[in-house]
Amino acid sequence: MSAGVDLDAVSADFGKFRAVDRVNVSIQPGEFFSFLGPSGCGKTTILRMVSGFITPSEGAVRIGGQDMRTIRPNQRPTALIFQNLALFPLMPVWENIAFGLEVRGIDKQVRRRKAEELLRLVDLPDSADKAIAQLSGGQKQRVAIARALAVEPKVMLLDEPLSALDLKLRQHMRAELRTIQKRTNVTFIYITHDQGEALAMSDRVGVMSQGRLQQVGVPQEIYNHPANGFVASFVGENNIFAGKPGAADKGLARFETDRGSFTARLGPGVSSQTPCKLYVRPEHARLTAEAASGNAIAVEIADVAFEGNFATIQARDSDGRMLMVETRNDGAASLPATGRKMNFVFDAERALILADDVPAHGRAA
Amino acid sequence: MNNANRSNWLFHTYMIVFLAYMLLPLVVMGGAAFNDSRFPSIYPWVGFTDRWFVELFQDGRMWLSFRNTIFVAIAVVAISVPIGTAAAILINSLGGTTRSLLYGLMVAPVLTPGAVIGISTLLFWNKIGSGLGLNWWVFSAGLHLSALGQASFISAFVMLLVLARLQSFDRTLEEAALDLGASYTQVMRRILLPHLYPAIGAGAAIAFFQSVENFNVTLFTKGTYDTLTVYVFSKVRSGITPTINALALILIAVTIVGAIWYETRRRRNERRLAAIVEPA
Amino acid sequence: MNELLRRYGMPLTALFSVLTAFWLLILVILPYIYLFEESFRPYLPVTEVGGPNDTYSLNNYLAAFKQPSDWKLWLPLAWQPLIMPVQAPIHVQVFVHTILFSSLTTVLAFVLTYPIAYYLAKIANPKNVPVLFLLLLVPMWVSEILRAFAWFIILALKGPVNYGLIGLGVIADPIRWMTGYNSVILGLIYVYLLFMLLPVYNAVQSLDTNQIEAAEDLGSPWWRTHWRVILPHAKPGIASGSVTVFMLAAGSILVPTLLASTNSRWFTEVIYQWMFESQDWNTGSAYAFMLMILCTVFVSVVMRLFKVKLSDIAK
Repeated sequence: MSAGVDLDAVSADFGKFRAVDRVNVSIQPGEFFSFLGPSGCGKTTILRMVSGFITPSEGAVRIGGQDMRTIRPNQRPTALIFQNLALFPLMPVWENIAFGLEVRGIDKQVRRRKAEELLRLVDLPDSADKAIAQLSGGQKQRVAIARALAVEPKVMLLDEPLSALDLKLRQHMRAELRTIQKRTNVTFIYITHDQGEALAMSDRVGVMSQGRLQQVGVPQEIYNHPANGFVASFVGENNIFAGKPGAADKGLARFETDRGSFTARLGPGVSSQTPCKLYVRPEHARLTAEAASGNAIAVEIADVAFEGNFATIQARDSDGRMLMVETRNDGAASLPATGRKMNFVFDAERALILADDVPAHGRAA
Repeated sequence: MNNANRSNWLFHTYMIVFLAYMLLPLVVMGGAAFNDSRFPSIYPWVGFTDRWFVELFQDGRMWLSFRNTIFVAIAVVAISVPIGTAAAILINSLGGTTRSLLYGLMVAPVLTPGAVIGISTLLFWNKIGSGLGLNWWVFSAGLHLSALGQASFISAFVMLLVLARLQSFDRTLEEAALDLGASYTQVMRRILLPHLYPAIGAGAAIAFFQSVENFNVTLFTKGTYDTLTVYVFSKVRSGITPTINALALILIAVTIVGAIWYETRRRRNERRLAAIVEPA
Repeated sequence: MNELLRRYGMPLTALFSVLTAFWLLILVILPYIYLFEESFRPYLPVTEVGGPNDTYSLNNYLAAFKQPSDWKLWLPLAWQPLIMPVQAPIHVQVFVHTILFSSLTTVLAFVLTYPIAYYLAKIANPKNVPVLFLLLLVPMWVSEILRAFAWFIILALKGPVNYGLIGLGVIADPIRWMTGYNSVILGLIYVYLLFMLLPVYNAVQSLDTNQIEAAEDLGSPWWRTHWRVILPHAKPGIASGSVTVFMLAAGSILVPTLLASTNSRWFTEVIYQWMFESQDWNTGSAYAFMLMILCTVFVSVVMRLFKVKLSDIAK
């Protein structure tokens, strides 16, 4: 029913521009895998290589263990959901869904039955004979999913299909996609620049930048143990301090900055020669009125934004630079007033010293 | 405000004068078809008659040239629609210098006088015939050469129409169909061609009318055959009778009815489309 | 080519290429090349073709420079020809007259239609525009030859204009209207006017009305608004219309044949003579080639002058 996808040192060149650089990853059968990265990072190119619209300049794409090099897009066991959905505007809903069956020469009655069945699966019964132009954004989304499922693909490829929807619908469709994926057990490869989407839906996430795969891992790992500065700052917020690492001991090291010297955990591959920075997540920092030693910076509260379940506090240090702290609202503690002088403190264990640079080679998963 | 009103009044007047200028000659021509005077004119009015229509319908040469015109027009549609469509699809997938060069070559016949197209077509096919030492009818002047000559520039009209329509085509639709397992011919038949049908239909209509009214290319390539335009031309030159006016009136009536039918159908389609999209 | 293959596969790409190649090679390029080649060869009896006399020369082109005679120029609205102080070969005279009066036709067509284009695009009640267009386009639906024929009747010696004027007592004897180039220009304008109106209308129509209002709001008088705002915007449409009208006028055979007299010939008529009266296809080719060069030059001049691309003109 579903198949794994192996990318084996895959690269794609457009003229002199290398859009994808030696990407290695093994996606398991039935897995929900997301490629996360900013626009232009090469994630769409990867998707188009898997679907067959782009031929890799180096490396191999294997689906279910079979090399796809000579297999044309219309012969691959994949179904792609396009960013703009690419529904056929001149066909009614059911013909859209049944198109993949039609081109395989399947009987009209069978096609119609299958289309109606899929429409029920995506929760759109009674829409079979509607025109595409009559559907709302969310309905189009469902038709596109049904159309892709109709050909019983072993791998579904989704190119930011939710980006055109409004926030509420997007959150609803996230859950729905996840349900459909679990129900059909098809391998999903999902492309997005939205970290929330990737973290919420995926079994594993691959973070990309400038054509290279930066890190592959389960969502918590990506968030809590980013492999480098890019991953840390692309996924979630950070207070970032420039400086130099000092001597290390049991994975903890001193980090010298112009605001003082702090202790923090060394990230993977960081030595005293690596250009690196210190990253502290806002929810891992605290504000305290008491005198503090260790990792502490004297600040003045600049702005407090109360969001309900949590609050975001902006604090200004003596040089006027802003630091951010996020606190959970436990219903008891009161928020500090603007202008109050406090200390910004953080644990050495939760602060990370991470390499700036994207590593020179794509990292194996 | 006063000033604007005065200038608008001038514009309205000019519009009316202009309309009269465009339409009165046709009224004169049509009216003369009913005047019982040897020379086609509406003034002086000799008396109402239908004899020019009767004469026209008894004219075997007219019927023959009418038939020839239809044959040539159908041939031109059959040649230029596939060519123009293929050329538009081809050029749409090209870029850079190749595209500009091909585009230039394709529109060149539109910017070439009909006489030049006619003469070069005639000479070329004759040359092939004499080069091969064959004396077949294909290589000498005749209506088939008229059709080929006309198609050489009418294909460009079809190409331009289809190319314009292709600009609004979302090419991810092609990829989506391929991705769902369609073969290239299935993509063509089910996705691309249906999108292009309005342009292809308009192209076919334009090709047909352009062919029917063509004179310059036909004159040089027709050989001994007549089409309707050539027939009218030779009639006018050899001493006119109001039968030409009768023919003109019929053609005007047919084209006006056709134009109105086309326009109302187009508007109805537009309304229907709007009605479908509205509820979404 | 690569993209074509990827989008449509081998068989369809081959089909498109074959159809396009058939068009461009067999219907366009090779006939033009052959026309060009033939124009340098002498007109010979069939038996001598390919023989020792069949050599390339410029003789066919030089034919245009024979028979010098007094240059009679029929200016518009004149009843007598202007005798120019130079002698010129007859065919050169005809060629120059064709250029001159085709250009004049083009300019007049623009002057006559620009107010209409502006009126339809910006002044007329939008509800009436479709009806106005339907009326304006009636002559367009009627073929070129019938449009010319209508004027042939109107201007005929025994036509309604003469009878009308005699009836009104304005003139005593019928006037021979079809003399000189007056009737030709009149006919050419009427027959090809709409090819100017449509592109100019489309161009003016696409201008945002706010721009006109902004110009007026800034105190620009009406003529300056037209000169600085509307005309520059309409440039591609004017270029397109001018090229079409000029080409159709210079290449017209119908209108000059029907509406001209023997003292006002058109270059296409000379070509026709060579082809079918003298049966000299070689000289005919040379003349046809000259006409083609003329049109090409005109198109390039317009493109340069209006700074527009070929794709703006071919619309």
